[in-house]
Amino acid sequence: MRLPEAEGLLADLASRMRAEVGPETGLVGIHTGGVWVAQRLHGLLGSTVPMGTIDIAFYRDDFARRGLKPDVRPSALPFDVNGRDIVLVDDVLYTGRTVRAALNMLFDYGRPGRVRLAALVDRGGRQLPICPDFVGGFLTVPNEHAMLLLRRTDSGSLELAMEEDVGGAA
Amino acid sequence: MQRNPQLGPKGELSHLLTIDGLPKDILLQILDTARSFVSVTERDVKKVPLLRGKSVFNLFFEPSTRTRTTFEIAAKRLSADVINLNVATSSQTKGETLLDTVANLAAMNADMFVVRHASSGAPHLIARHMGPEIHVINAGDGRHAHPTQGLLDVYTIRHYKEDFTRLTVAVVGDVLHSRVARSEIHALTTLGVPEVRVIGPRTLIPRDIEKLGVRVFHDMDRGLDGVDVVMMLRLQNERMNGALLPSANEYFRSYGLTPERLAKAKPGALVMHPGPMNRGVEIDSAVADGPQSVILHQVTFGIAVRMAVMAILAGNG
Repeated sequence: MRLPEAEGLLADLASRMRAEVGPETGLVGIHTGGVWVAQRLHGLLGSTVPMGTIDIAFYRDDFARRGLKPDVRPSALPFDVNGRDIVLVDDVLYTGRTVRAALNMLFDYGRPGRVRLAALVDRGGRQLPICPDFVGGFLTVPNEHAMLLLRRTDSGSLELAMEEDVGGAA
Repeated sequence: MQRNPQLGPKGELSHLLTIDGLPKDILLQILDTARSFVSVTERDVKKVPLLRGKSVFNLFFEPSTRTRTTFEIAAKRLSADVINLNVATSSQTKGETLLDTVANLAAMNADMFVVRHASSGAPHLIARHMGPEIHVINAGDGRHAHPTQGLLDVYTIRHYKEDFTRLTVAVVGDVLHSRVARSEIHALTTLGVPEVRVIGPRTLIPRDIEKLGVRVFHDMDRGLDGVDVVMMLRLQNERMNGALLPSANEYFRSYGLTPERLAKAKPGALVMHPGPMNRGVEIDSAVADGPQSVILHQVTFGIAVRMAVMAILAGNG
């Protein structure tokens, strides 16, 4: 199937967020694709607080089944979470399990004033009651075993790709 | 070829018994994971839910405060339930065998054993008799190994020096009786440190130590010349005044790390010690508390490293 241009989705996502997200809002990218999207949004939205990054590996609900992934990255929220307006940023929103883990993790840093969710692509298929506040675009992926993922090219531009899922849905 | 008893069928880590024979990629995975746990220990809530519902048994057949405490903190920060057993004072004195003790604990649904024992090989014995769903971590066995200490030492070195492949590292003191020294040497050589030196009196350096790929020095000033890291070992009090060593004073004169001796190492060389320290025996207080000492950071990093080991083991079945 033909995949939409990630760069176009990013521009749409930024324009939808611009009126709603202030310079003091903390953007938090979820590793790895979400961090790339958050980095770009951080510039496009003129954020004045440094962006945060989180790796949800220690909060996954499938740890007992799949173990710890070998490349857990350090998480860093370089601002006070307490009372802050926060937007969680992910690349592809699917089951909602990643967002559930990210919310739990976020609250171990403090009590945010508000948390919203931005995703570059919403592919549907939610398994939890989670709904994004901002999306770049929607995409229906008929095969549930296909993994829709974001890549970053050497030049730094973003593109979507489809892969056969080997480890079970994330 | 005999399979490494620490590795599962797919080469994954299922017990941590010794660093000897562990592949470099597993060591690096532990160090990388530990770095993420360091960021956890800097938060408001220093816990993650990974080992929720799991039971970790600290089985200490030999007294230890620091190691047992850091394992306990590590397990609790992973949300495990921790049961501390000082077996030296319980069933074993009533005549129960090691394997019977452990079998009873396994019947209480243990998921992980952290074992400290005066006999080399005791954790191996336990690991061999456990089902695949129980993981064993060696917290120090006899003179054999203390793998998490070796790992936290290389974690500390990596934190400050980043690249292992350009370092000269000296391990100083009673290498003969030291399980820490052996674990450090295996970790350093596996990670590609090009020159590992051991420094100490002839009576405290094992004769065949060069087989591990180290250079031996009996003169401390020469041994410290140009090194990037000085890893001191504890001189065990019970070894003093015996046949191997004349006296604590004399030892300090020849092998104590003083500011003058440390000046032979590279500027900014790290000073490390696994603790507990004997000030004025193997290390001068001016060095132990000086700007090049990272001794207390080792303790802090030790928690993250032990969290990483437990998380990786628990995730592997």
